[in-house]
Amino acid sequence: MQKITRDQLITKAVELLSNGTVSAVLGWQKGEFDYDITPAVFTTEEEIKNNFVYNDFCGANFSKYLVAKTKKLEGKILVFLKPCDTYSFNQLLTEHRFDREKVYAVAIGCEGMADVVKLKNKVDGIISIDYKDDAMYVDTLYDGTVKVDYADVLAERCINCKSKKCVAYDELMGEDGEVIDSARFDEVARLEAMTPDERFAFWQNELSRCIRCNACRDACPACTCEKCVFDNPNSGVENKAPANSFEEQMFHIIRAYHVAGRCTDCGECSRVCPQNIPLHLLNRKFIKDINECYGEYQAGAEVGSRAPLVDYTEGDLEPGEVFERGDNNA
Amino acid sequence: MQMKEYKPLIVAFCCNWCSYAGADLAGNNRLNYPADVKIIRVPCSCRVNPMFILRAFQRGADGVILCGCHPGDCHYTSGNYYTRRRMAMLFSMLDYLGIERERTRVEWVSAAEGAKFAATMNDFVAQVTALGENKRLEDLRCKR
Repeated sequence: MQKITRDQLITKAVELLSNGTVSAVLGWQKGEFDYDITPAVFTTEEEIKNNFVYNDFCGANFSKYLVAKTKKLEGKILVFLKPCDTYSFNQLLTEHRFDREKVYAVAIGCEGMADVVKLKNKVDGIISIDYKDDAMYVDTLYDGTVKVDYADVLAERCINCKSKKCVAYDELMGEDGEVIDSARFDEVARLEAMTPDERFAFWQNELSRCIRCNACRDACPACTCEKCVFDNPNSGVENKAPANSFEEQMFHIIRAYHVAGRCTDCGECSRVCPQNIPLHLLNRKFIKDINECYGEYQAGAEVGSRAPLVDYTEGDLEPGEVFERGDNNA
Repeated sequence: MQMKEYKPLIVAFCCNWCSYAGADLAGNNRLNYPADVKIIRVPCSCRVNPMFILRAFQRGADGVILCGCHPGDCHYTSGNYYTRRRMAMLFSMLDYLGIERERTRVEWVSAAEGAKFAATMNDFVAQVTALGENKRLEDLRCKR
């Protein structure tokens, strides 16, 4: 259950729109069902009152939308950012991807978002969802109303939330939190402790499900190149399902690599993956390695920080030495 | 039927200024190193994009070695410092995906180190030969 309500956000959006501070609002609207929320741009009060929604399924990170939206827009755009989105927002500013002057950012406190997949695994035939204080009450086709605890459907990225602190905003709604010392690298450490054969089998199993829909790339707030290597017709891997395990591995290694050092660990890649591949584990591996080898670094924590992979020191460890850190398995 | 002796295919990316000259020196000095090593000259070790390494494996390489100037000696001042970080991260990721870590290596070879070049190649080829064929990062469509 989110502490900030839909009505509060609508009031804020209407207020800013009517007093001329902003000329458009980037927000969420209902998709086909109650739980598939679609990002949308609203320009009139009426649209907002009719279509704007905000609930536990509004996980979309809006930072990336600003890159395209601010280009064409006259005046400012209002954007609602959850704490993890503010990191991506800062990271994009660091990379000069949009004009800060054209954005009015409202940070909203977040209680953690729900994962649709987890909900669907629990209940079948969802008709509508009622968000009560204690739990969500799901109206279903077959079992009447089912009570589902928020904790049971909390998204993985929110269970291991790295920060409830909003690092960039013009205005804050709700309470600002703190950076959390989460256990987000535990799963990576578990994989690292496996033998290479087990790891290979694990990733074969996960990556072989990839259908190359490119959703992970498209949703990623760090992936903002206008021309992508994976759209290059000469690459041999342009917009098609992977033909074999090599293509799966290559796509996922390169995708994660391109955002290494810039990934804020917002978890959008795993959220949007229709095949439920735990893509964040690849990104987190890079973050963990960077933290261990080149010092703690959180992308997007401040504007203008230098990403570790475009920086160096004379005493960096040699590539062969990365395996000799700590107890790293043989 | 007699089994054909296994010969690995090794791709060596060598920087133009140090390692490529080092390989030249090894040749001039008549030092032996295996003919399985195919050298690709690059302007700087930093020119090597992680995709190059993966592509090499895709097209049938059993091992990829990247040679550059010693840190601090880069012709372009700082190229190999970036390489060092980049490759450390890439190798760690390949290992994370379960690909044998012995198949990749970075070695700093200066233009004066012909002997080191030959020794490195001998050692690397022996290491990859012991591992056998690259099965985990291969593309069957590119099979020779």
